[in-house]
Amino acid sequence: MNLATIASLSVGQHLYWRTESLAVHGETLLTSWFILLAIGIVSILGNSNLQSIPEGLQNVTEFALEFIRDVAKTQIGEEEHKEWIPFIGTIFLFIFVSNWSGALLPWRVIELPNGELGAPTNDINTTAALALLTSIAYFYAGISKKGIGYFKRYVEPAPFLLPINVLEDFTKPLSLCFRLFGNILADELVVGVLLLLVPLLVPIPLMLLGLFTSAIQALVFATLAGAYIGESLEDHH
Amino acid sequence: MNPLIAAASVVAAGLAVGLGSIGPGIGQGTAAGYAVEGIARQPEAEGKIRGALLLSFAFMESLTIYGLVVALALIFANPFAS
Repeated sequence: MNLATIASLSVGQHLYWRTESLAVHGETLLTSWFILLAIGIVSILGNSNLQSIPEGLQNVTEFALEFIRDVAKTQIGEEEHKEWIPFIGTIFLFIFVSNWSGALLPWRVIELPNGELGAPTNDINTTAALALLTSIAYFYAGISKKGIGYFKRYVEPAPFLLPINVLEDFTKPLSLCFRLFGNILADELVVGVLLLLVPLLVPIPLMLLGLFTSAIQALVFATLAGAYIGESLEDHH
Repeated sequence: MNPLIAAASVVAAGLAVGLGSIGPGIGQGTAAGYAVEGIARQPEAEGKIRGALLLSFAFMESLTIYGLVVALALIFANPFAS
C-alpha cells in the first residue's frame, strides 16, 4: 500500500449491494452504521451512571446537549423548542460525527472492490434523506399546531406570491441537500488533489480548514432545520 | 463519449464554478468589511459578530457550492454521456 492509493479519488464509484430490484451504496451504509454505533456507545457510556457532578464522558454528552438546546432555543423560540431538541440534535450529531469521521479517520486504508469508504455525507443520497426529513418535520410542526390553517401562509403576505411560496417548499430541501453534499465532497476533493500533487505536510492546513468547514456545515444544517421549523410554528397576527 | 459533448461539459464545468464564485466573492468581501467595521466600533461585541459572520459565510459559500455540484455532475455523472 503506497500513499497514492490512499489519496486516490473515485467520485461516482460505489460498492453496490444488489437485491432483486434495488442497488444500494454499501460503503455509505457501512460508514453510517459505524457512526450510529459510535454515537450510541458514547451516549450509553456517558449516561448509564449519571452523577450530579458530571465527569468524563458525561461532561461531553451534557456539553453537546446544551449546545443543541441553545441552537434550538434561538431558532424555534423559548416555548416550543423542547419537543424539537431530539430531532435537531439527531441531525446535528449525525452530520457532525460523519463529517469529522470522513476527515479524521483513515477510511481509505480499507480497500473495497469498488468505490471507497468515506464520510456518509459525501453521498448525495444521505444528504437528500436528511433534507427530506427536515421538510417532513416542518410540515408536521406546522400542521400539528395550526391544522389546516397552516396552508394560509402560502397566500401571505399577498395571494399573487402563491407560486413563489410553493416553490420555496421545493428549494428548501434541495439547497439543504446540495449545500452539505457539495461542501463535504469539495473538501475531500481538494485534499485528495493536493495529496496527489504534494503528499507531505502541504495539505495539512487545508485539512484543518476542512475540519472547520465541516463542523460549520453541521451547525448550518441544524440551524436551518430549526429555522424552518420555527418559521412554520410562528403565528402571523 | 462524444468528443463534442466531452469538450462542452468541461467548458461548462469551468464556467459553472468560475461564474458562480463571483457573486459570493463580492458578498463575502462586503460582509467581512462590515464585520471589521463593527468590531472596530464595538470591540467587546467581537465574539457575536464573528459567529454571525461565519454563519453567513457558510450561506454565501453554498452558492458557489451549487456551481461546484453542477460541475461535478457534468464531469463525473454526465447525463448526456451515453
